Amino acid sequence: MNREDFPMLKEDLIYLDNGATTLKPQCVIDKMTEYYEKYSANAHRGDYDISFKVDQEYEKARELVRKFINAKYKEEVVFTSGATESLNMIASGFFKKYLEPGDEILITQSEHASNVLPWFRLANELQVVVKYIPLDDHHYVTLDNVKKTVTPNTKVIALASITNVIGDERPIKEICEFAHQNNIFVVMDGAQSVPHRKTDVQDLDVDFLAFSGHKMCGPTGIGILYGKKELLEEMEPQNLGGGMNESFDNPREIYLKDLPTRLEAGTPNIAGAIGLGRAVSYLETIGMDKIEAYEKKLRKYAMDKLISIPHLDIINIEADGGIIAFNVNDVFSQDVAYYLNKYKVCVRAGNHCAKILNQETGVSNTLRVSLYFYNTESDIDSLVELLSNKEKIVEEML
Amino acid sequence: MENREILLNHYISSPYKKEIYDQTYTKIETKSDSCIDHLHIFLKKENNKLVDAYFNGEACSIATSSCSILLKNCINKNMEEIKEYIENFERMINDEPYDEEKLQEAIVFKDIVKQGNRVSCAYLPYKGLKKWMNE
Ligand SMILES: Cc1ncc(COP(=O)(O)O)c(C=O)c1O
Repeated sequence: MNREDFPMLKEDLIYLDNGATTLKPQCVIDKMTEYYEKYSANAHRGDYDISFKVDQEYEKARELVRKFINAKYKEEVVFTSGATESLNMIASGFFKKYLEPGDEILITQSEHASNVLPWFRLANELQVVVKYIPLDDHHYVTLDNVKKTVTPNTKVIALASITNVIGDERPIKEICEFAHQNNIFVVMDGAQSVPHRKTDVQDLDVDFLAFSGHKMCGPTGIGILYGKKELLEEMEPQNLGGGMNESFDNPREIYLKDLPTRLEAGTPNIAGAIGLGRAVSYLETIGMDKIEAYEKKLRKYAMDKLISIPHLDIINIEADGGIIAFNVNDVFSQDVAYYLNKYKVCVRAGNHCAKILNQETGVSNTLRVSLYFYNTESDIDSLVELLSNKEKIVEEML
Repeated sequence: MENREILLNHYISSPYKKEIYDQTYTKIETKSDSCIDHLHIFLKKENNKLVDAYFNGEACSIATSSCSILLKNCINKNMEEIKEYIENFERMINDEPYDEEKLQEAIVFKDIVKQGNRVSCAYLPYKGLKKWMNE
């Protein structure tokens, strides 16, 4: 769908690494250029027309994102540099204050590094414990396993809504319901789900959500921290400085601005935020339900073909997201990626930042195909053709 | 032998590829920043000379064959000779004048290193050996 919107697709490129980042449509590029060409002033300094225009556009972008995730208040939407920064803010800005020695944080072994290391840091700093929710045979999180792992000391469950290696979707809404009955907070790492399906934070009832703009047709260097208003109010700003303070006289008299500005110290990534706003409305125009349905159909199309290639070892025959992880028997994943690259097919090889997942799957490196709505059946056909001949792979990988 | 064959031999059936538990070998880890290649190299030095070496790990065909060729070419050389050998290889990848003869089988990387993204794979074992020499 919508291939003509993407300048990168004018080249004969088969881009199948959308889990890493997505291509940008012309409208997003144009919107960012418009800022740099027509009103490239700073934000929060509305003393002259073009600066006033910046504030308008910046806040309009925030409103677009609010609507996109159905947050109740605009103040709950904070611009960050990406999912990684958002998750670090959640861990170090909120939970560092809130947790007490002995408290437990639940994650899984298939989390991305950005949803592991900020919690490991708390474990080292606060004598709290990071525990893993066991995954089932298909590497899925079940509500049952969550219930079994929770103890009276559990204070937070932090999970990717869709993981970046296996592509499994977690029952976030059910987990939130159970967690809240037990006074447990839920943090959702939405980096791989927000770009691919409808997200409604009120319906899910998550306490915090993190995601990145660049994985959803937006620019790099911009992302979102969502938090329920009453929780963000308690969050300690990690950065202090310009833009976020009301006034200060001495170290004991510092007055900070209200949300969300309080959590956005310094000159923000203005072009990034405006670009993300544009990306969000672009996705809405296509329709998130349509995107989800299309990706599911395309994944099934791919899986039906890949599964019949005997020398492929597919890790996730079932998955909800458009992610397929596999290996070519006896060939190192990176060599296969280099071979595909010769034919302008971009896939990623590696552990995809899920470095503790191998403890769970027993496989440390895979090839990963990750789809987006602009991929086509013809992309898949080319991939399948290239993978179907093992001799050719071995012949040409060097 | 054709270049491809040399590479493939060192990749698939390197006599130097095995894990060593003998404490008289020093173990060096070398990991790529940009990809998943990860080699461990086991080196035994006597009287300023590399007398024996093996490697293991998870790495692509280029990093693996490069490591095998490097060890083959450096065993029985003294530290100064190894240093010279490495510098000569570095001159090749940096497109500076170098001695083809001295590279022996490592000359097979001449074209590969022009494929931008694979230079770091071919060079990875060299990084490891340099780390060992500086320790
Ligand atoms: C599940 C998941 N969480 C977090 C991140 C981190 O995103 P970013 O690097 O944009 O901060 C990623 C990126 O790959 C991801 O896949």
